[in-house]
Amino acid sequence: MTDLPDHPDFLWADPEPKKAYDVIVVGGGGHGLATAYYLAKVHGITNVAVLEKGWLAGGNMARNTTIIRSNYLWDESSGIYEHSLKLWEGLEEDLGYPILFSQRGVLNLAHSLQDVRDSVRRVEANKLNGIDAEWVDADGVKEICPIVNTSPDVRYPVLGATFQPRAGIAKHDYVAWGFARAAHERGVDLIQNCEVTGISTTDGRVTGVETSRGRIAAGKVALCAAGHSSVLARMVGLDLPLMSHPLQALVSELLEPIHPTVVMSNAVHVYVSQAHKGELVMGAGIDSYNGYGQRGSFHIIEQQMAAALELFPVFARAHLLRTWAGIVDVSPDASPIIGLTPVENLFLNCGWGTGGFKATPGVGDVFAATIARGKPHEYAEPFSLDRFTTGALVDEHGAAAVAH
Amino acid sequence: MQLIPCPWCGPREEAEFHYGGQAHVAYPSDPSALSDEEWAKFVFFRANPSGPFAERWSHSAGCRRWFNAVRDTRTHDLLAVYRLDEPKPVIP
Repeated sequence: MTDLPDHPDFLWADPEPKKAYDVIVVGGGGHGLATAYYLAKVHGITNVAVLEKGWLAGGNMARNTTIIRSNYLWDESSGIYEHSLKLWEGLEEDLGYPILFSQRGVLNLAHSLQDVRDSVRRVEANKLNGIDAEWVDADGVKEICPIVNTSPDVRYPVLGATFQPRAGIAKHDYVAWGFARAAHERGVDLIQNCEVTGISTTDGRVTGVETSRGRIAAGKVALCAAGHSSVLARMVGLDLPLMSHPLQALVSELLEPIHPTVVMSNAVHVYVSQAHKGELVMGAGIDSYNGYGQRGSFHIIEQQMAAALELFPVFARAHLLRTWAGIVDVSPDASPIIGLTPVENLFLNCGWGTGGFKATPGVGDVFAATIARGKPHEYAEPFSLDRFTTGALVDEHGAAAVAH
Repeated sequence: MQLIPCPWCGPREEAEFHYGGQAHVAYPSDPSALSDEEWAKFVFFRANPSGPFAERWSHSAGCRRWFNAVRDTRTHDLLAVYRLDEPKPVIP
């Protein structure tokens, strides 16, 4: 086990906002911090502020289930998620900070003949894109994760799974703190308790932001606000094809190491890993209704627990420690929206829905390049806002393990 | 669990209902006249406010009828519930 990191209070300064910046990043979560870091590191743009309305990485970054993988179906998704996974593999060294990245693999279970066919298709598509993937049958699942119930006598029997060995988990807080510290060391101002209340434009060009701590001028403004992206975009009259929903997760009490990998199931709908300390971390599906309240419905948790118990009878006596919800911005094709907007120098990164954490370093790098050059990075190009008009959707509902 | 007041059945548990998204979205009156941008707006773009939101619900495990509601998306409070043939109430 890697050494524990320093306390976050000592990792970055808490500056007053300056009057003007070259780039303002709105949203101090994983994506915003990573974007600022790569702006400074790769592009030498250091007159940058990250504005966060609460505390750094206290939104979805603190609420996700920390799963990292790149086994998506389409070439466009493979491009950006595999780019991200490669960055994860060198991130601890790059940031000089422990992030507890553990490549323990991910199993995506198949419970019906159609699941099996879709899974095998995804494995072959992954291989064509140079991504490690294999199909394993029910015995193979049992071998990789012995606590999975592979009995044929359950309502939704496990027929097999896709397996990506390089997938895994990382410690979400450390990832955020590592990026924050590294961005701060390169001159980025990380400004907390600073809510953006307006975005100023002149002649169709962004000029700055209004905040709860006054007006701040900016050459470029980059939005990384996840669930609140619609609210920010409305400030410049921009509509986004997003719905914000509560997505719930929960953890058990601390247990001995019993779960060696990550298990996800689209069909019965739960995804489970065991955190480094020992909690079982479980994700659910999104709540059906729109909401910004960061809490969800009890019946979603009930369904998730029922699914978990059928797959893992050994969990029956584990105690639930706590539940919570993050607000996810779901797009119509379950793929992100990255790139330019009709407003000059206003850049958009949103629509990651239920799967933004795994993309953190990848999108930081790709979004920073897009902002610095004023044109989309090649991995961002397929994810432009105008695909909803052209119809060039990147339909990844099947590769996202969350029902939405 | 949230109680949702069905206009016909009264308050019932949320699990009896099915969510239908934004209310008052009219089908285009002349579909063939729409541009690609207008089609995109109709198919993919819906209001996503942080605050009062007019939306549709169906009491699918009860009377199976659709109705509209205005709900505050920050608090989940149902500010108004009304039938489809009733106008959208004015929320102060």
